[in-house]
Amino acid sequence: MQFLSPGEIVLRVLIQLIPVWLSLAVILGLSLVFRRKLGLYGHVVASGVGFAGLFLVGFWLFAAIFARHIELFDPLGQIPDLQFASPGAIDPHSHLPYLFGGDKLARDVFGRVIAGARIVLIIAPLATLLALSAGIMLGLPAGYFGGRVDAVLSFLANMVLAFPIIVLFYLLVSPGILETPIPYALAAVFFAFPIVLLGVLFITGYRARPEALALRLALTLLAGAWLFATFVFNADPFKLIQVSPSTLNIFVAVALASGPGIFRIVRSLTLDIKTREYVFAAQTRGESAWYVMLWEILPNARGPLIVDVCLRIGYTTILLGALGYFGLGMPPESPNWGTMINESSRFMRIYVHPALPPALALMSFVLGLNLLADAIREQSLRD
Amino acid sequence: MASFLARRLGAMLLTMLCLTLVVFYLVNLEPNLRKLAISQTEMHASDQQLESWLVKNGYRRPFLERYAAWLGIWPKQPNIDPKTGVATPRFSFCDEPKTPKFSGVLQGDLGCSTHFRTRVVDKLGPAVEATAILMFWVFVVMIPTALAIGVIAGMREGSRADRALSILSIVTTSTPEYVSGVVLTIVFAAWLGWLNGSAAQATEGHLSFYNFALPVATVAILGTGYVARMTRASMIEVMNAQYIRTARLKGLSFGAVVLKHALRNALIAPFTVIMLLFPWLLTGVVIVEVMFRYQGFGQALVDAAGDNDIDLLLACSLVSVVVVLLTQLISDIGYAWLNPRIRVH
Repeated sequence: MQFLSPGEIVLRVLIQLIPVWLSLAVILGLSLVFRRKLGLYGHVVASGVGFAGLFLVGFWLFAAIFARHIELFDPLGQIPDLQFASPGAIDPHSHLPYLFGGDKLARDVFGRVIAGARIVLIIAPLATLLALSAGIMLGLPAGYFGGRVDAVLSFLANMVLAFPIIVLFYLLVSPGILETPIPYALAAVFFAFPIVLLGVLFITGYRARPEALALRLALTLLAGAWLFATFVFNADPFKLIQVSPSTLNIFVAVALASGPGIFRIVRSLTLDIKTREYVFAAQTRGESAWYVMLWEILPNARGPLIVDVCLRIGYTTILLGALGYFGLGMPPESPNWGTMINESSRFMRIYVHPALPPALALMSFVLGLNLLADAIREQSLRD
Repeated sequence: MASFLARRLGAMLLTMLCLTLVVFYLVNLEPNLRKLAISQTEMHASDQQLESWLVKNGYRRPFLERYAAWLGIWPKQPNIDPKTGVATPRFSFCDEPKTPKFSGVLQGDLGCSTHFRTRVVDKLGPAVEATAILMFWVFVVMIPTALAIGVIAGMREGSRADRALSILSIVTTSTPEYVSGVVLTIVFAAWLGWLNGSAAQATEGHLSFYNFALPVATVAILGTGYVARMTRASMIEVMNAQYIRTARLKGLSFGAVVLKHALRNALIAPFTVIMLLFPWLLTGVVIVEVMFRYQGFGQALVDAAGDNDIDLLLACSLVSVVVVLLTQLISDIGYAWLNPRIRVH
């Protein structure tokens, strides 16, 4: 069997990633050129930490988008001769190399790491957005009204927070639970939050302009219907996205795990902002409670919320990895980073190369998000 | 203070009651009961045999009655043979009573582990002790390191040491246990051969640096960065305070100001953070115990979940919820005690 030399491996990896380098160069270059006109984003790009964070996050974002063009082999395909092959081993049939070697089942580690980015970059941001809309919808009234609403909601949030995540995952993300209506009921609740949030946002904001309101409400309902059809019932009318019940289960578990944290942040921000003068002004004008919450308080809470969302996408990625590591929810052959780490960690004493790439991939993506959050926090404090 | 404590304890009890009810509901879902029955009967048992096993051992009694029996406010029933009417204990390996008896959590009986075929207390006691040893060493390593990094970084904001240490702490907070475990094992066990990649021997009482350093370091890494960042933020805030400027202006040396004036006030915030770190560390401990084959609480939890061992799972949830709630309480009380400006109502 023939092998590429280490230098050739590096060169070939760089070549395979050309679509990623080009996209990154365009996006980061344009951002740097127009940084003075881009407000907070411009400041973040121009700071060293922010640039590093954007680079790492952008790298994995474009790697996920162009995954099909980057990988040399099907991430699920096996070539029996290449079991535990060393990095750079060349497949005698196609004359293409296993750049990072082969794993226990003779699959291409490089392709699987790239394909794993797809899974993470679809699930982690979406699940975080679900948790965010739930946190906003419940945290605003809890902080604004206080009293009994706050007592009940805070008790529920603290209850979920007191529950060790790992126990929650073991109970909620087991194959048996898919036979019960629990994941679907929870998913219906969680996917309702963004729709209700947008609906209330438009109803309170566009009361004076019925045509604009009708258009926005119709769009929200259409998007909501598609969301429900695709994610909750796995019946996408356009047949674009397949969401299996076990993936839905992961969505629900991850959103449930990070929702209460966002709730607490929104609640404390609301408690702080509701004493400001512009809130009193809106109340004196006779605006409704939800108008004040969504159009006066929420926009002024956006800075800390953006930072928290960045951190939380990273945290969700870590949770997804943990789920994969314990073999919960994901199909065993799926190329997600957690499962890959778990599989290869059993042979770590003998074969190092299948374990390292997914571990470093997961770490660098989370590091990028953390750096980005740090830069945003620093730059928004400076203003 | 007394009424604050009473209300907090009341809320804790209510939380524990609600959470155990939720867990009880989840472990008693039909697919989970089937999983339990399959693991407890012989291979290839028919559906009828599984069902009769469940009926015989009382898993088909009303849900709330069984929850009440687990709590200890309703008598636990023995198995009664439908033909002869003779009462036998439910699980012989746990010496459960032959007569109906109040024996639940309130009486200190956590039930019977079907997976390990022993009483839950006998299994969980040593497991929790093993995990406590692991946690102890994690804290011994983590807290001094984190506080030192945070204080040195926050002492002079923006200095080169600050930049380097801040990046180091961001990197460690981005490294979950299953990543740091893999990387550390590859470097120290596979390449250098200095340390053992398995802590199995440590469980059997042969605890040594050789087999215990890797699990401890793996758990400690994530928390170290987090606590260090909090310490740094707190230190920066203190160093910008008026009384520090006063101390400097009256001619004290920089070292004396840091050690005598700044340090004490800067360490209040990290204390809270360290206490609130417990729920996170719990997840880390489960991963590390599985990865390094250490027979502790986490390993017991994973084994229990695999076979849907109802009583052991309930006991594990109870233990972890108690740990989380108690550390929250300690953090609140400790914060008020360390910082006289805060009063608890």
